[in-house]
Amino acid sequence: MKARNRFLQSAVLILALAGASSLAAEGGAAKSIKLLNVSYDPTRELYQDINKAFAAQWKAGHNEDVEISQSHGGSGKQARAVIDGLEADVVTLALAYDIDVIADKAQLLPKDWQKQLPHNSAPYTSTIVFLVRKGNPKGIKDWDDLVKPGVAVISPNPKTSGGARWNYLAAWGYALRQKGGDEATARDFVTRLYKNVPVLDSGARGATTTFVERGIGDVLLAWENEAYLAINELGKDKFEIVVPSVSILAEPPVAVVQKVAEKHGTAKVAKAYLKFLYSEEGQEIAAKNYYRPRLASVREKYKANFAPVKLFTIDEAFGGWTKAQATHFADGGVFDQIYQPAK
Amino acid sequence: MPLLLKKPSALPGFKWALGYVVLYLLLLVLIPLGGLFFKSATLGWAGWWHALLTARVLAAFEVSFGTALAAALINGLAGLPLAWFLCRYEFPGRRLLDALIDLPFAMPTAVAGITLATLFVPQGWAGRLLAPLGITVAYTRLGITLALVFIGLPFVVRSLQPVIEELDPAVEEAASGLGASWWGAFWRVIFPELGPALLTGFSLAFARCVGEYGSVVFIAGNMPMRTEIVPLLIITKLEQYDYAGATALGSAMLMASFILLLAINHLQARLQRSTQ
Repeated sequence: MKARNRFLQSAVLILALAGASSLAAEGGAAKSIKLLNVSYDPTRELYQDINKAFAAQWKAGHNEDVEISQSHGGSGKQARAVIDGLEADVVTLALAYDIDVIADKAQLLPKDWQKQLPHNSAPYTSTIVFLVRKGNPKGIKDWDDLVKPGVAVISPNPKTSGGARWNYLAAWGYALRQKGGDEATARDFVTRLYKNVPVLDSGARGATTTFVERGIGDVLLAWENEAYLAINELGKDKFEIVVPSVSILAEPPVAVVQKVAEKHGTAKVAKAYLKFLYSEEGQEIAAKNYYRPRLASVREKYKANFAPVKLFTIDEAFGGWTKAQATHFADGGVFDQIYQPAK
Repeated sequence: MPLLLKKPSALPGFKWALGYVVLYLLLLVLIPLGGLFFKSATLGWAGWWHALLTARVLAAFEVSFGTALAAALINGLAGLPLAWFLCRYEFPGRRLLDALIDLPFAMPTAVAGITLATLFVPQGWAGRLLAPLGITVAYTRLGITLALVFIGLPFVVRSLQPVIEELDPAVEEAASGLGASWWGAFWRVIFPELGPALLTGFSLAFARCVGEYGSVVFIAGNMPMRTEIVPLLIITKLEQYDYAGATALGSAMLMASFILLLAINHLQARLQRSTQ
């Protein structure tokens, strides 16, 4: 029943957007370009800043106003909305897999979209860190401490949350990298980790709420930028960040939705918008929002914010998203097996 | 005309009325539901069963239907005295209390779920009182049931109220005048009158609760095999772009609810016949 509601909601949204854009086209005397950026949950603050800066830059160079709308939600849900007809000019999602699906199912952009921009089309990166309560009462230092008995770990459900998949894969990759680590030990490690997870929230923000507001759990596995956001909003006197020895390099990718942008006549400005993310100004905005910048000069400037941590990529450890998704998160995959009742 | 008209009405004309009903239901109910079944049919019969008959899905069905039935039962038991009280007694603030009953209708379900979870976690206001008794509400089936009791309350009360208003207090007086105990008067005189309305309220509350997602996910904890509801599994399937699998669960749920509601309707018809 709820699924139907969601469908209706997105249908109404699409109609409203279509109506709005056709109205805009009719009243097109004032030269103003509209872009829709469909993004995932925690980038709200980042893109508010980016949009303002880009609009100012474009206006200075081209004497045109650019109005950028943002849409946020779970990464997979957003990808589905685009497939179902939400006319995004650009997508900036949590995982390459979600953009792959848009390319695959709806053919709205070329399959090699990830090669169109530098660094695998990911202008900024992030990683998974631990948020613990002030004073770190359980003495959490690294991944090993999370599987100890009596430690409650908060992480959302990887089946419904893109962020949670990064958490899971980071833990798996850590276990692989230990002495004598292989598939079996990693599986055992992750199983023990999830035995310590008392609640599986459906999204990353929900998990943060459970940990921060409800006071449940000793450790929250979170995006680095979310952890900083939680600390800045809720006070440094309540929580602290623990950076593990090894973690995963999260590369949230961006892409122009080619077919839609061509239809809207926004291909050029959409491309410039994404390129802006790689510029010094864009990189600085990313760093200020606690995303790790790619540009060395900006990284140097903000290095106090980003603790050194050994990072591995999903391609190195898992052979890419599609494979990781199929092995670990598909129905009947490794994650489901953790919760299978013992026979 | 072979169709059975209860009472020919002069008003809009039978053909127009029927046309209107069919068209409206077609657009609003049958086409979306047809789409659901059509999509799930792409799996084929074997695939459909395969999507359903896994331990995880069956456990979720047990959670969804078990908690919805429990909540509807609690609402039936608790809603009857509530409705009775609000109808039969006149007191200051009655209208305010009466309006409060509708609040669960009006409140966004997510708000209800978050509020209940905040109250009932072990550190919450209510949770703190229950923890020493060894009762945990949040992140258990008890928590799910609680959220559903909240969501389903108005259905029972609102179904009962008009019937209680109609009930002549003289009947109860006559019953006790003729020597019936209060229980006897209730069981043999009042309850038969209220039974059908109570069942309506029960089945409405049940139907609403079985598909409830927004409030439940916040208090359920969503642990596979234990507190995972079917609508969450549907969202999970959608998250994997498994539209057919999602519709398989959706259609199975719809059919199960439909069969249960039919059974309740049948029971209601029998109850009505036996009292007439």
